[in-house]
Amino acid sequence: MKQPDKDGHYGQYGGRYISETLMPAVEELTEAYAKFKNCKDFKEEFAHYLKEYTGRPTPLYFAERLTKKAGGARIFLKREDLCHTGAHKINNTIGQILLAKRMGKRRIIAETGAGQHGVATATVAAMFGFDCEIYMGADDIVRQAPNVFRMKLLGAKVNSVSSGSSTLKDAMNEALRDWVTNVEDTFYIIGSVAGPHPYPMLVRDFQAVIGKEARAQIKRLAGRLPDLLIACVGGGSNAMGLFHPFLGDESVKMTGVEAGGHGIRSGAHAATICAGNVGVLHGSKSYLLEDRNGQIKHAHSISAGLDYPGVGPEHSYLNDTGRVNYVSITDKEALSAFQTLSLVEGIIPALESSHAIAHVLKCAKDYKKDDVIIVNLSGRGDKDLGTVADALGNKI
Amino acid sequence: MTESRRIAARFAELKEKDEGALIAFITAGDPDLKKSKDIILEIDKAGADIIELGIPFSDPMADGPTIQESSERALLAGATLPGVLKLIKEVRKTSEIPIVLFGYYNPIFVYGIERFARDAAKAGADGALVVDLPPEEGRDLKAALDSEGLDHIFTLTPTSNDKRMEIVSKESTGFIYYVSVAGVTGARSSLSKEIKGSVKTVRGFTDLPIGVGFGISTPEQVREICQWSDGVIVGSAIVNIIKRHAKSRELAKKVGRFVASLKKGTR
Repeated sequence: MKQPDKDGHYGQYGGRYISETLMPAVEELTEAYAKFKNCKDFKEEFAHYLKEYTGRPTPLYFAERLTKKAGGARIFLKREDLCHTGAHKINNTIGQILLAKRMGKRRIIAETGAGQHGVATATVAAMFGFDCEIYMGADDIVRQAPNVFRMKLLGAKVNSVSSGSSTLKDAMNEALRDWVTNVEDTFYIIGSVAGPHPYPMLVRDFQAVIGKEARAQIKRLAGRLPDLLIACVGGGSNAMGLFHPFLGDESVKMTGVEAGGHGIRSGAHAATICAGNVGVLHGSKSYLLEDRNGQIKHAHSISAGLDYPGVGPEHSYLNDTGRVNYVSITDKEALSAFQTLSLVEGIIPALESSHAIAHVLKCAKDYKKDDVIIVNLSGRGDKDLGTVADALGNKI
Repeated sequence: MTESRRIAARFAELKEKDEGALIAFITAGDPDLKKSKDIILEIDKAGADIIELGIPFSDPMADGPTIQESSERALLAGATLPGVLKLIKEVRKTSEIPIVLFGYYNPIFVYGIERFARDAAKAGADGALVVDLPPEEGRDLKAALDSEGLDHIFTLTPTSNDKRMEIVSKESTGFIYYVSVAGVTGARSSLSKEIKGSVKTVRGFTDLPIGVGFGISTPEQVREICQWSDGVIVGSAIVNIIKRHAKSRELAKKVGRFVASLKKGTR
């Protein structure tokens, strides 16, 4: 059955859990998206910017030395790190700003964790001439300083959020508070497949270009469909983008890799599906990290982009139906994969994507030599150099 | 049970007297649950007509800094939903003031919708307003509250179009909470001139009493709004007093004195 239903539900998940003030805005957005998504002019403009501005299609690269190192299936990397701004996030921000333009909005706001979505939003706001404000947790501002400077160069105002855990969830609370206050002229560009309907659906649709390209590319390169897809999952937009076009291909298995932090048992992690419970946060019902009284717990991950106690509702649904398998990778394993990919392929991955690399290093040997695994390399690691240097005890 | 609903009865009494309702908000458990009980009893004595009792939540995205911090203080002091329900039970030993539970959906969802409605009714609550639960997602909770004879209050706002007014008016019971500004909770020095017209528009959709909230903090504002609404909700201004005098032995009395000054504005 096609997901979501007309009210934005994926099974029991998703929906619209927002204050009444925002209901007309999400209804307006839903109608605008329904109107424009099949409109020739919208599709052409979206395709144009993806190609000419972002640099798509991104390569599907056969990682020969990584394959040898992992000792099993052939590993292909979907090179979203080569997108303009250094991550897949821009696919979605282009789509949403084209909607904002058509809806006559003047001002853009966004939340960001690692800063990749903030940079991607500030970038398209600059290109289209919109005012732009980004909300970012105070802790993330420290650990992702280069991205903060990037956003400022791009003309965005970066607001530091120091409530709660001072990370992505709190940035999203503050962005929602801004939106409810300025809803008449403001478009909220949500960065993941999260939030109230229609966001999880439209972000998925804009990111699905990843999977559509990968599907055509692997058929050309390997003459067949992949056996396994792997992607990291924080909110889950890069994973949903890769997975979605393959959901109907029964032979293609999929694994979402969550941030295991210091290990699930430590309690300090961001493995929402692996170790969470069902709840409601930021506009949708999904798995959450919460205590027995329904208070949201602080997540932990070395990677700011995965440091979020929720997950997109469609991931929760795909977990429950068994279509996608979700696992977790610790900070330590991710850090080690970060170095491995740098050393054997000359590619420095984002710490987020390093979780997916770590998992393929673990599981590739369970597959036959002729089997094919596609890993989504969702972003590049330049922004993480400070964090990694600290973790390895080096100084830059 | 409908005929014995405290909220409707209170609005009816006030209408007889040609008075507006003063609905006083506090966060349950700020500074602690025991003091919340003293504060509620003083607020009742001071003449408030309805208590809106906030269930603290870790991520109150519809609230401004005052109530965010209040929620944080309550959670740090150990407030939980079961604790809040126990507080209502304590209050009910000596007070009949109508109590509306006010909060976010997740703590209620995790507690269990039917269990929440049953335990809230048993404790003596009269209704619930769940900020992030619009009527479309609130059907299960509404059914559960209905079957316990509790009101389910929804909000309308400056962004509400006719379609939203129709949906919300149909689903709400007890009263309609009209949110005076597009924004978060918090005291504001001036109120929009458009509120009066908006309340009039809402009247075209419902016979329920209409309470106006968000940004109202002074007796003068209360007086103005009560001329054309059925009541006002004051939250952050009261919470600020609680914050300022949290350690004082006179805490409840100080809150009571402020509430008495607000109540005068409704007469």
